[in-house]
Amino acid sequence: MNCELVETTIHGYFDGELDAVRSAEFEQHLEHCSRCQAVLEGLESLRTQLQQGDLYAPASPELREKVRRQIAGETNEARIESVSSWKKWFLLPAFGTMAAAAALIAIMLFVIPSHTQSTLTAELIDAHVRSLQPGHLFDVQSTDQHTVKPWFDGKIDFIPPVSDFAAQGFPLVGGRLDVVDGHNVAALVYGRRKHLINVFIWPRRENETIAEGSGSREGYNWVAGQSGDMRIYLVSDAGLSDLRELKALIHP
Amino acid sequence: MLDPQDRIRFEHLVLPHLNSAANLARWILRNRADSDDVVQEATLRAYRFFVNFHGGDARAWLLQIVRNTCYTWLQKNRPSELMTEFDEEVHQRPAANPETIATQTDERQRLMSAVESLSPRFKEVLVLRELEGCSYKEIGEITGIPIGTVMSTLSRARERLRQVLTAAAPATAKEVS
Repeated sequence: MNCELVETTIHGYFDGELDAVRSAEFEQHLEHCSRCQAVLEGLESLRTQLQQGDLYAPASPELREKVRRQIAGETNEARIESVSSWKKWFLLPAFGTMAAAAALIAIMLFVIPSHTQSTLTAELIDAHVRSLQPGHLFDVQSTDQHTVKPWFDGKIDFIPPVSDFAAQGFPLVGGRLDVVDGHNVAALVYGRRKHLINVFIWPRRENETIAEGSGSREGYNWVAGQSGDMRIYLVSDAGLSDLRELKALIHP
Repeated sequence: MLDPQDRIRFEHLVLPHLNSAANLARWILRNRADSDDVVQEATLRAYRFFVNFHGGDARAWLLQIVRNTCYTWLQKNRPSELMTEFDEEVHQRPAANPETIATQTDERQRLMSAVESLSPRFKEVLVLRELEGCSYKEIGEITGIPIGTVMSTLSRARERLRQVLTAAAPATAKEVS
């Protein structure tokens, strides 16, 4: 049987783009049209194939770094240009000396010690963004801590603290494995209203002191800390106060 | 002229969509080296045009620039790929014909080659819809396709992909079906 709806309307229906009336009309039609039923099944399997085929090609850390540097360079150029347009001759020598001194101090005081922290944060934010792509959020989807916790067993060489905090407004959604800074980490996913929070957990190295901290970057918030022998890192677009609240629940 | 304040806004609003940008360019251009260059160029352009961004959907705004940069790049470096789209249903690019695809045993590789064999116009709607989860409105905004024809373009793209995959199915699977 041939049906002209397979050329158009069925796609709008499949993609959730029809309004309620047209959608209901199509569903009525679907009941009797075997051709549409078959095509719809085909569309579903094609989508599953595409989404589970691991086809998503996110930005590599190198590209991310290049783009960041490029934008930083652009901003500096723009600033120097606007200075040079007027007090160039007057300001430049002084500006140069001061800038060099400031840069040196910044490198000594700030950049070197915080470098690893900042790279780590960037990496974790990337991991968070990556997890939000279709099909990437969890390897085990469950709101039951007794399902999620054993799932990690044998996949990593530590036992992450897994608890559901639905009663406190942070329902556990699932968990997955991720690789950060070269080692395996457990990622627990919690919901917070419409936001998702990734909690990354991995063992602290012996004698490693963890800087507690929090901040914002590229529109995402992060809170870092430790819980016993574990490092924990929360990343989300939810508010910092939410993240701190969840961290306090994980490690009172 | 952009000031540090703008840079912070840009980093908060636009850069979180860098993955989407990389993904779209990777599929339109079919390889990582070229698409990385194009994404870099596109984000720089986005940054320079940022004063013209007056709120709204930052992802669609960035992807529109990325997509246009991809097409400019194709026009300059591989103009033949843009020619094929007018007779999409008749011809196929030799780069990935069903026979080559069929010999690929790896399922993922087979799927990748099939998507890559489509014309840029078909690839972009498929990637935006299936991998990026864009609505028709967003797809229209990004690609410049009138919203009324997004549905039919998607329909043709899916049909084409289905054909390529069927033609490319491994021999054993074909006999069964």
